[in-house]
Amino acid sequence: MSELSQFLVSGVTVGAIYAAIALGFTLIYNASGVVNFAQGEFVVIGGMTAAALIGAGVPVWIAAPLAVFAGMLVGVVLYQLAIKPAREAPLVSLIIITIGASIFLRGAMQAVFDKQIHRYDGFSGDAPLRVGGATILPQSLWIVGGSIAVFAFLAWFLNRTRAGRGIKATASNRMAAALVGINTGRAMNLSFALSAAIGALAGVLATPVTFTSYDVGVLMALKGFSATMLGGVGSPLGALAGGLLIGLIEAMTAGYISSDYKDASAFVVILLVLFLRPQGLFGARITERV
Amino acid sequence: MTRQAVAAGVSALALLAGTPALAEIRIGASLAITGPAAFLGDPEAKTLEMLAEELNANGGINGEEVELIVYDDGADPNKARTFATRLIEEDEVVAVIGGSSTGATMAMAPLFADYEIPFISLAGAVVIIDPVQEFVFKTPHTDRMACEKIFADITSRGMSKVGLISGTGGFGASMREQCLDVAEASGVEIVADESYGGSDSDMTPQLTNIASTEGIEAIVNPGFGQGPAVVTRNYAQLGIELPFYQSHGVASDEFIKLAGDAANGLRLPATPLLIPDQLAEDDPQRQPVQDYIAAYEEAYGEKPSTFGGYAYDAFHLLVDAIERAGSTDPVEIRDALEATEGLAGVTGVYSFSPEDHMGLDLSAFRILEIEDGGWKPVEE
Repeated sequence: MSELSQFLVSGVTVGAIYAAIALGFTLIYNASGVVNFAQGEFVVIGGMTAAALIGAGVPVWIAAPLAVFAGMLVGVVLYQLAIKPAREAPLVSLIIITIGASIFLRGAMQAVFDKQIHRYDGFSGDAPLRVGGATILPQSLWIVGGSIAVFAFLAWFLNRTRAGRGIKATASNRMAAALVGINTGRAMNLSFALSAAIGALAGVLATPVTFTSYDVGVLMALKGFSATMLGGVGSPLGALAGGLLIGLIEAMTAGYISSDYKDASAFVVILLVLFLRPQGLFGARITERV
Repeated sequence: MTRQAVAAGVSALALLAGTPALAEIRIGASLAITGPAAFLGDPEAKTLEMLAEELNANGGINGEEVELIVYDDGADPNKARTFATRLIEEDEVVAVIGGSSTGATMAMAPLFADYEIPFISLAGAVVIIDPVQEFVFKTPHTDRMACEKIFADITSRGMSKVGLISGTGGFGASMREQCLDVAEASGVEIVADESYGGSDSDMTPQLTNIASTEGIEAIVNPGFGQGPAVVTRNYAQLGIELPFYQSHGVASDEFIKLAGDAANGLRLPATPLLIPDQLAEDDPQRQPVQDYIAAYEEAYGEKPSTFGGYAYDAFHLLVDAIERAGSTDPVEIRDALEATEGLAGVTGVYSFSPEDHMGLDLSAFRILEIEDGGWKPVEE
């Protein structure tokens, strides 16, 4: 029994990290249809900036917001310098630009920071809490709380605010959105800024548990992207559920079957879901009108 | 594509302009200075450059200057082979140091037999020297020796049932295989065998399973990078009381920093480089270890790593061989290298023979225990 609860705790911790990364994907996708492959780098920028600041003696409650802000800034610069000049290009070109941006950012981080692995103490210490027969790190609760908060914010922002609905309208049909008075450029800019901020926040929250170094972004993005696909691209609820589900599948496989098949079983489930429900668990079926 | 002529060598030559030019001994190196294995190649390259500069400032080898030619292969076997060819054919080196990674080393190795040039690898795997290749040597100990050393410590504490939790990366997978291979001969039984991916952030399910295995007495974690630090933290999180062993792959102060208090009490096999001040006065390695640390800290303002130590030993082995050979003929250097007897380096005391091109025994590894965030040698 205590084994099961430990596996559950592990799955939720890891799943919440995947979910936090997955949530970053949804916003840019919602605004532009672009899958931003530099999303993992935003996560690393958040973690590395926070680690560098905390290492320099800055208290964590100042360092964390600054790191999120740094991520947001990079997101805006990425949009202004790389995406905006090419915004008339087909979607595939934009996606390829984000791949290039991710390689560039990885190189830049080696130069700006270093090649070492970094970590800082959990926000509420590192003493594990006992829940039933299982143990959980206080930082895991921060990660879970952070993911749920970001999810709630996105759900509210995209459906209830003018700016959020503008972003969705821009994605659906940019020209029509512009014709009814939506500033599509600003909507895109906003979506990149917020996506990057969400990614950086995921990095800031996860680093005490996962550690960070300049090159972990690719793998993080891969897991986050899998969670996005599983849940349904563009749906905040899907990102949250997809992330948690992958985390739980991994933990249960490692616990009850074999740790060797942990990654494989998660991908098998994703494949099955995509066969049966190509739009993902919570994705809206998109009908293209010809 | 870094071709770095040694600065001091160049300026010394400039000063001597007018006097007859000194003869030069060219030594080549192909290292992973950038890329995924940069943590290996970067300190190795820094160490070689520092040593070459120091050597030339002290008059070189038998009065001849040394020119060090370093290329960055980024741990890519194809590039490594290209650079090895260029070092041999165009740069006309007398010996080559390098191959930060096993892949790069094995790609280069056949060339040295063809051209009859001695080669000292800085990579870990046992395949480099087993079977022995005439012109290929290496300085690091093997993962097989690490397993033997760990198991010897476990049995000396009266235990025999061991659980493995290994990283799936190259280092972890190779060491896991070697540990499984030597377990029986070492009097150890592997009762649990789990794995984790290199970027995994939570290994509590695997550790929960290992800890609840019937009769288990100790846990060993072959792995590299951040994985072992996560395992160590999870181990403390779960409150597991079993003796815990890490591998030489994480023998660095960085690891203690990443794993924090959770690391206290765990043991690992490591080179004496970590305990310069705790080595006995009569320990043959005391002098080289302290010299290396002092020189490296002065040159680069940071502590040297175990990996830089491999390069330190390779360079000294080579210089020693060239001095004894009294010649710059590659084959004579190779013969002298193979005759090396009792040369104390920072990794261990080297004695090569025609059957053994690594030249280290288990005494090169010291079992260290982490205590209050520092290293403490375990009395044997």
